Amino acid sequence: KGSNEESAPSVSANSIKITDITQDGETLTFAITSQKSSSSAGVCVFRTYEDFDWLQQSLLSQEDVPGLLGVIFPPLPGKPLPSTSFTQAKALKQFGFLALGDEWKIYCKALELYLQQVAAHTTLSKSKALSSFFSSTESPGKHRGKKGIFKRLSHVMEEMRKEGHKDVDKFFQSERDSCTHLSVLFKVSTEKFLDTVLTKQKLAVACGHFSTSLHLVCNHDNPAAVTFSKICLKLSDIIEAVKVNFEKVSDNDVSSMGLALDLESRYQEAKKEMLFRRTCKLVELEAANRNSERAKPNKKAIMEGVQKATQKEFNLISSVAKKEIEQYHRARVSVLRDFLVSWCEKQLSTAQETSALFSQHLEACRGFVV
Amino acid sequence: SRKQLVPPSVDLPRFLFRLCFQLSPTSPEPASLPAEDISTNSNGPKQEILLDDDQEDLFAEATEEVSLDSPEREPILSDGPSPAITPVTPTVIITPRVDASMFDRSPDEDEEAEENGDTFDLQIMVSDPEKTSLNLFNRNEFTVKRRFSDFLGLHSKLASKYLHIGYIVPPAPEKSIVGMTKVKVGKEDLSSAEFVEKRRSALERYLMRTVNHPALLKDPDVIQFLESTELPRAVSTQALSGAGILRMVNKAAEAVNKMTIKMNESDAWFEEKQQQFENLDVQLRKLHASVESLVCHRKELSVNTASFAKSAAMLGNSEDHTALSRALSQLAEVEEKIDQLHQEQAYADFYLFSELLGDYVRLITAVKGVFDHRMKTWSKWQDAQVMLQRKREAEAKLQYANKPDKLQQAKEEIKEWEAKVQQGERDFEQISKNIRREVGRFEKQRVKDFKVVIIKYLESLVHTQQQLIKYWEAFLPEAKAIA
Repeated sequence: KGSNEESAPSVSANSIKITDITQDGETLTFAITSQKSSSSAGVCVFRTYEDFDWLQQSLLSQEDVPGLLGVIFPPLPGKPLPSTSFTQAKALKQFGFLALGDEWKIYCKALELYLQQVAAHTTLSKSKALSSFFSSTESPGKHRGKKGIFKRLSHVMEEMRKEGHKDVDKFFQSERDSCTHLSVLFKVSTEKFLDTVLTKQKLAVACGHFSTSLHLVCNHDNPAAVTFSKICLKLSDIIEAVKVNFEKVSDNDVSSMGLALDLESRYQEAKKEMLFRRTCKLVELEAANRNSERAKPNKKAIMEGVQKATQKEFNLISSVAKKEIEQYHRARVSVLRDFLVSWCEKQLSTAQETSALFSQHLEACRGFVV
Repeated sequence: SRKQLVPPSVDLPRFLFRLCFQLSPTSPEPASLPAEDISTNSNGPKQEILLDDDQEDLFAEATEEVSLDSPEREPILSDGPSPAITPVTPTVIITPRVDASMFDRSPDEDEEAEENGDTFDLQIMVSDPEKTSLNLFNRNEFTVKRRFSDFLGLHSKLASKYLHIGYIVPPAPEKSIVGMTKVKVGKEDLSSAEFVEKRRSALERYLMRTVNHPALLKDPDVIQFLESTELPRAVSTQALSGAGILRMVNKAAEAVNKMTIKMNESDAWFEEKQQQFENLDVQLRKLHASVESLVCHRKELSVNTASFAKSAAMLGNSEDHTALSRALSQLAEVEEKIDQLHQEQAYADFYLFSELLGDYVRLITAVKGVFDHRMKTWSKWQDAQVMLQRKREAEAKLQYANKPDKLQQAKEEIKEWEAKVQQGERDFEQISKNIRREVGRFEKQRVKDFKVVIIKYLESLVHTQQQLIKYWEAFLPEAKAIA
């Protein structure tokens, strides 16, 4: 099956939105709307996680895309486990920020971004699987295609050795080094940020308890007691406002900075995987070179043939990879910028609202007659 | 406009002067107070609750007006909003004096060290002394040094004098800060600045409450405590911390209760009030626990934020893209500043609410104590009545026994016990009256105390938000500059 169809109009990346999510037992279904770049007619399809997984596998296993190994594949978030079968702690461990937020809001956002990234990719956007994903009335994931045969990074010793294999190209060696270093730092930052968000949520809960307890102090015995009860209720309102502020602040954190850090971490992994694939091909190439040199005369021609083919593949991969890396760097900075700006604006707005509210309370309390 | 001063009659307590207390730090080396536990508050206006290393007095503006509205005075003061008598304004600020002994603790100084970890300077200012017709103090401005045990000693004297007649004597602070707290809010190390600040603050609130009490302010022990340069060393105060005394007193009262028949409460007010205080006790303890939890989480948030700030700084350093790198480094700085805010807010939570609630829980112990004393007084009165009855019966028997000496003695004993019965009834009426007045004062003061704290808290909340606004406004252009 050819996976490049020049004739099929591609989906407009910006139009892709996950508009709804429904849960039926253990299955989550996502409603996805999109438009083709050639028309303004919107299309809505319903997909489960299996469909997303099918899409990713299909992209990975495309057969006649030159240098496919050099592509940095947009990372698909992990499979969601509905609340019936996991605890909050387990979800946090597995999904980090994507587990937070009401009603899978953040997770949906991450899925949406994934689709947008695929649809915006010069090579991947042309895939028939993608087109089918957005238009087929049937659920494409039902028919399982073959899985990608790519080498994925694993912790097997042999693989680890390959990862450290010295590169022949300075550009790629430097990319590999900085990738390893940065991805660790980003992972750490993501965890630390998540810790702050979780603590803010704990604070919100603690404020809730405090606020509720204040309601219980109620006595109308005499004027002083009545006044005291009123003061306690006032304080209860104030603490409730503190609680709401914590909730908003942590919401802002999760929906912008949290999502950004999560996305950045996963994309760095994707880049790392691509570089590893290329490194593996390099190892293969160097082996082919050695075989070719050492080959006995009767095998020499075959070995040289293999060597040439491998060299060609490697060159193709490297050239695709180089473009991909440049694109990655541009996109990454742009994405981080947008999220940082959004985060800052949200927090600023929340602080302004809260400041006004607290000031109101302050004025009211100052005027409170005792 | 102040009215003409009415010449004082004998029974009315008159306070015709303005009394300001100020306790400021007089440590020999100003920089010797380790500040590592206290936020250095580099970003906002000085907050009253923080220990300020440049030794300024922290509460210069905090003069609290306390009007004396004991019922006896009301008839005279009832004319209009400005009372005929200038209210007392005692403001108590204590700051620690860091003694060399505090940091060098040799084994043989253990006894001292155990007894008092620190000494405090108490600076008192009496203003408007011209209006004084009753000179409580010899000088208008003076400073004295007091040890922690001195405060405990003062409390034990006041408790022994006044609790049994129904005055709610404010409890002295606990020796150990752990006391009411279930959660460790800071290091328990005696030399830590945080511990010293907690103790200082507690002593200040204690003294303020004591001095706010119209009768206690005039007590000679209180005057001596405030004024005399050398106080006789308080004897065996190890066992007698404020709460310790109250526990002892209450235990005695409880023991008595167990022995007596249930009191026939003729006055429903007392029964209702006692129930209310029981309820209040439970509620306040619950609130206190909530606040402790809040403080704990805020400190955790501060730690987490600092940790995130560090990791963001590392990101900034490693990032190749220049503008992004700079933004990340700026982000790290913003987060560090936010960490400071969290710490300050944690202090506000603690020093304002946690301590207030703790103080009130301890006060209620004192309140319960006076109610128990009333029961004891009633029981003493009842016992006297029983005794009188017996003596009368004995006398009646002796009428027919022809023992003139014994009869005479019996008549004398009857007189004696009649007097005791009368005294018992007077005592009971007096303590009941005192308690009613004290409870009224307590309830009014409670409202004022809470209002003051809530306002301070709101001010800290507003301040935090305004700082946040500044930080985010400064960061926004940095984020937008990433190209």
